[in-house]
Amino acid sequence: MSEYKPQDGLMKPDRAVGIVGYGAYVPRYRLPASEVSKMWTNGTGGTPIVEKAVNGLDEDVITMSIEAARNAMLRAQINPQEIRAVWVGSESHPYAVKPSSTIVAEAIGAVPNTMAGDWEFACKAGTEAMQAAIGFVGSGMARYAFSIGMDTAQGRPGDALEYTAAAGGAAVLLGPGAESVAIINGSYSFVTDTPDFWRRAHAEYPSHGDRFTGEPAYFKHVSGAAEMLMESIGTKSGDYDWAVFHQPNAKFPERVAAQLGFSKEQIKPGLLSPRIGNTYSGSTMIGLTAILDIAKPGDRILMVSYGSGAGSDAFDIEVTDKLPEVQNLATTTEAYISRRTEINYATYTRYRDKLKLS
Amino acid sequence: MEVSRHWRLQEQRYKLVGETCDSCGVKLFPPRDVCLECKAPAYALYTFTGLGELYSFTTIYDAPAGFEHSAPYTVALVKLEEGPIVTAQLTDMDESELSIGMPLEMVTRKLRTDGDEGMIVYGYKFRPIFSQQVAN
Repeated sequence: MSEYKPQDGLMKPDRAVGIVGYGAYVPRYRLPASEVSKMWTNGTGGTPIVEKAVNGLDEDVITMSIEAARNAMLRAQINPQEIRAVWVGSESHPYAVKPSSTIVAEAIGAVPNTMAGDWEFACKAGTEAMQAAIGFVGSGMARYAFSIGMDTAQGRPGDALEYTAAAGGAAVLLGPGAESVAIINGSYSFVTDTPDFWRRAHAEYPSHGDRFTGEPAYFKHVSGAAEMLMESIGTKSGDYDWAVFHQPNAKFPERVAAQLGFSKEQIKPGLLSPRIGNTYSGSTMIGLTAILDIAKPGDRILMVSYGSGAGSDAFDIEVTDKLPEVQNLATTTEAYISRRTEINYATYTRYRDKLKLS
Repeated sequence: MEVSRHWRLQEQRYKLVGETCDSCGVKLFPPRDVCLECKAPAYALYTFTGLGELYSFTTIYDAPAGFEHSAPYTVALVKLEEGPIVTAQLTDMDESELSIGMPLEMVTRKLRTDGDEGMIVYGYKFRPIFSQQVAN
């Protein structure tokens, strides 16, 4: 058996692969964290974010994925028939059995000569699909492959997660490096069996290990993936213009960024959780879209997701000269975030189907 | 719920795919295979832009079966920029902001669900123009 070095874990395709199109989606409704606090703690104590995005009655992971994918297609300007994979990562697929991805593929005109599949790995299902898409394109099996991270996250009434469990996400279309607005220099995955958060089959709400979700879970895996990626590629935090980490709240990504040597300025454009909450599978990827909306050619981006159970995917991404041409071809992430209609806790319970009608 | 009927309507519901008349160029939605203007055969598919304007609207409080959970909701006649008028729900809006002639855009949303175990039906609705690429 040959000797193995952790640096060998760097995942880099033989052929250059990059992002040829990207798009975000955030529903318009916002539940202020103060509404949750008022309901369950009499308004005492702090709140982990300002407000979270809530999907309307007629929205789910499929409808939101369709809009994000359409935005990505507007930027990519390619024939949808050239797409060979439509992959949707989520932990709130509307059907237990029947793919969200076939409906998305149908709506964007990619059927029938394509793969379609639903991915699940708590909050990192979308970036896991991104890595698979990189391999798919990098191997020459596909010219284009869609990876989408989208969620309408569930939070048990009164639970700490109810403040943050939000709706939204992003779609990223991977394709040949020469056509890309951002090249993927490499990625690294870091996973262990860590039971910090789960939802059993048929259970409506997830369970979690409270403080166990911190050090042995989020921080260990995010740091592990980020450090190994940077060591493998030979970069340091200062080599990146921007960084985005999975955002279960505002505090965790700020802390892990500081631990890894990133400044507040580097994470600012991608840190969306204070304003939209934790969009689970969408969280890291929508942070990336917010960065791509403002990035310039030559900018380098570190993206690190986290999924409970547990693992992280880290990506080294470099913006090309083509990005400015596509930034305004579709609705920006900031435009979606700025579009906000505040709702109260009562409306939230109706929109999130928490009222028993029969 | 008739699963096969919804399946047959997917193209038009997800993407506003109608038809165009080869003879006089009129656009048809929903597809009818015969031109409403010149009566010529019209089989060529045409994907509508999804842009239109508010022709008329009303609010449904007493909803039909399958739509009870959405009530009250707004149903509109939307005049597509290619000509046809379609009936559709409006979404992402407050009724107070609606005015006849205001520009609208198509989005794909849940139309209804068949109870807790049946299929979920997706299709077009319209909202006041929000998309940046349209506004630009």
